[in-house]
Amino acid sequence: MQYKSQAVAKLYFIAAIGLFVGQILFGVILGLQYVIGDFLFPEIPFNVARMVHTNLLIVWLLFGFMGAAYYLVPEEAERELVSPGLAVLMFWVFLIAGALTILGYLLVPYSGLAQMTGNDLLPTMGREFLEQPTITKIGIVVVALAFLYNIGMTILSGRKTVVNLVLLIGLVGLAVFFLFSFYNPDNLVKDKYYWWWVVHLWVEGVWELILGSILAFVLIKTTGVDREVIEKWLYVIIAMTLITGIIGTGHHYYWIGTPDYWQWWGSVFSAMEPIPFFMMTVFAFNMVNRRRRNHPNKAAVLWALGTAVMAFLGAGVWGFLHTLAPVNYYTHGTQITAAHGHMAFYGAYVMIVLTMISYAMPMLRGRKAASSNRSQVLEMWSFWLMTVSMVFITLFLTGAGILQTYLQRYSDTPLPFMVVQEKIELFYWMREVAGVVFLIGLLVYIASFFVGTKEPEVVLEQTDA
Amino acid sequence: MSDKLVAAQVRHYPPGDLAVWILIMAELLVFALFFAAYGFTRMGHVALFNQYQATLDRTAAVANTLALITASYFVVRAVAAIREGNSRHSARWLWAGVGMGVLFLFIKGGEYAEHLSHGINLSTNTFYMFYLSLTFFHFMHVIVGVIVLVILAVKVGQGRYSAAEHADVESGASYWHMVDLVWLILFPLVYVMH
Repeated sequence: MQYKSQAVAKLYFIAAIGLFVGQILFGVILGLQYVIGDFLFPEIPFNVARMVHTNLLIVWLLFGFMGAAYYLVPEEAERELVSPGLAVLMFWVFLIAGALTILGYLLVPYSGLAQMTGNDLLPTMGREFLEQPTITKIGIVVVALAFLYNIGMTILSGRKTVVNLVLLIGLVGLAVFFLFSFYNPDNLVKDKYYWWWVVHLWVEGVWELILGSILAFVLIKTTGVDREVIEKWLYVIIAMTLITGIIGTGHHYYWIGTPDYWQWWGSVFSAMEPIPFFMMTVFAFNMVNRRRRNHPNKAAVLWALGTAVMAFLGAGVWGFLHTLAPVNYYTHGTQITAAHGHMAFYGAYVMIVLTMISYAMPMLRGRKAASSNRSQVLEMWSFWLMTVSMVFITLFLTGAGILQTYLQRYSDTPLPFMVVQEKIELFYWMREVAGVVFLIGLLVYIASFFVGTKEPEVVLEQTDA
Repeated sequence: MSDKLVAAQVRHYPPGDLAVWILIMAELLVFALFFAAYGFTRMGHVALFNQYQATLDRTAAVANTLALITASYFVVRAVAAIREGNSRHSARWLWAGVGMGVLFLFIKGGEYAEHLSHGINLSTNTFYMFYLSLTFFHFMHVIVGVIVLVILAVKVGQGRYSAAEHADVESGASYWHMVDLVWLILFPLVYVMH
């Protein structure tokens, strides 16, 4: 760790991992509720469990991005953070607001929560992923502004690198598009239309810039390949991301009451969205193959390569599966969507945050570059457990989705929704088993921070001088 | 002089930055998909497409084709000039290219104004949806291309490139030729073939 203020990242990373555990616990509960409908009812109804599962995901990823930014920006800008104190203060504000919100979901009926938090004054609640009470949303904006001030001023007053600037554009975009969560028109078409400006333009737009810049940073550090080479790749990748991703929003506009041309625009542009992800895979492997040194943190390199592959599969391939309008006509909102959502979020965003944590945590804990061998071996076990079980979750949900699409929408004698849900129960059971394996993988991941802490760290010699 | 010739002959292929070529390929792929979609959709609505294609201003489109081809010629001359280390000529050719690009934007803008005055928009019918989408995406690319040429013209004019180092000029020129190439497919496909 070159700068003292990078240490604030540790808080963010620990909170991220903690909330990740919460997210997966609720995921396992949720998976069981698919087959045992009244499991934990009425304490934790399905809709609440789902809300907690998705909201925790978003919140912990935001913690992860912020932690990554606080670690990466000082090193790139070659100066301390403008205000480490502000970063710590905002951490607690965000954590407490997040915890209160989740407790609100769990302890108060949702309509009661809306009433308690004065949703009538500025109604923003009740929409998927944006369920947070208005006051929480305002809190998120405040935290984001303070964060951007801290990061932005550090970047602008320090060395300006492509990695930092791309990250900053991504983070500013994240904050700007979140503002659309406050726009809640009565017209349902317009509501959905702008809702996607938060949801889609985050995950298929500005978040990809954050992903690209973090990946580039870790690859610069671990491979020793020239910065110029890595930056050029980053430029091309983000250009393709924006070319395809922005108009690609149209793949959500097929059936919500928007004009027909969105079926063409959405299909053509979003069909290209796998390209930047594919480039990222080629980029990551290329850089690692051209490495000038063997970095002692092998786990971090594994996570980086894993991110590139899984993001391409989850976001690219599984997204493409149902992105064309004629296909989506049948698959819209089925388990195909759930399959894509799981692997894309895991492959792109969970894994990039874990990549950054894997790279930074040894330094944040006082080591020179890497953890002990035992710790890394365990961490790599957790990589495989989580990644392989996520592949299976995705495959089982895809199986469920194909069957669901056929039975419910495509066959000559379509069956009702609930009848079909019973027929695809086997897939849900298998997904649940895979989900439990994922949870075990996550526990192994956490254990990896506590084993071999007294042992010496891995040291590798240079491949060439 | 012979040194320069040697330098020219051992030049990398493709000219310019490889990154630009990746971008060009990706852009061509997007347009190719759109052209294919146009073709397939037209098969189902031949009469409609023929009827509304007749309402387009082919004279303007021919003028625009000439404008873009001429711009490309100027850009070629600009690259040739900078390969000889002649910044002054190169900048002049680039500005000429910019002029042709702007001419294209004016003519095309006039066509759009005409359509708008008749109340035509993306939802008028399938033909206009494709015509407006395709030409507008291309229009946006011409704007980007012109901006690229302006930046290059200014930098070349300031003498920032030489016979040995001018990869940016080649990159920008390659991008411009892509913009030109797309139009050379778009024009016959949308305006002429029926």
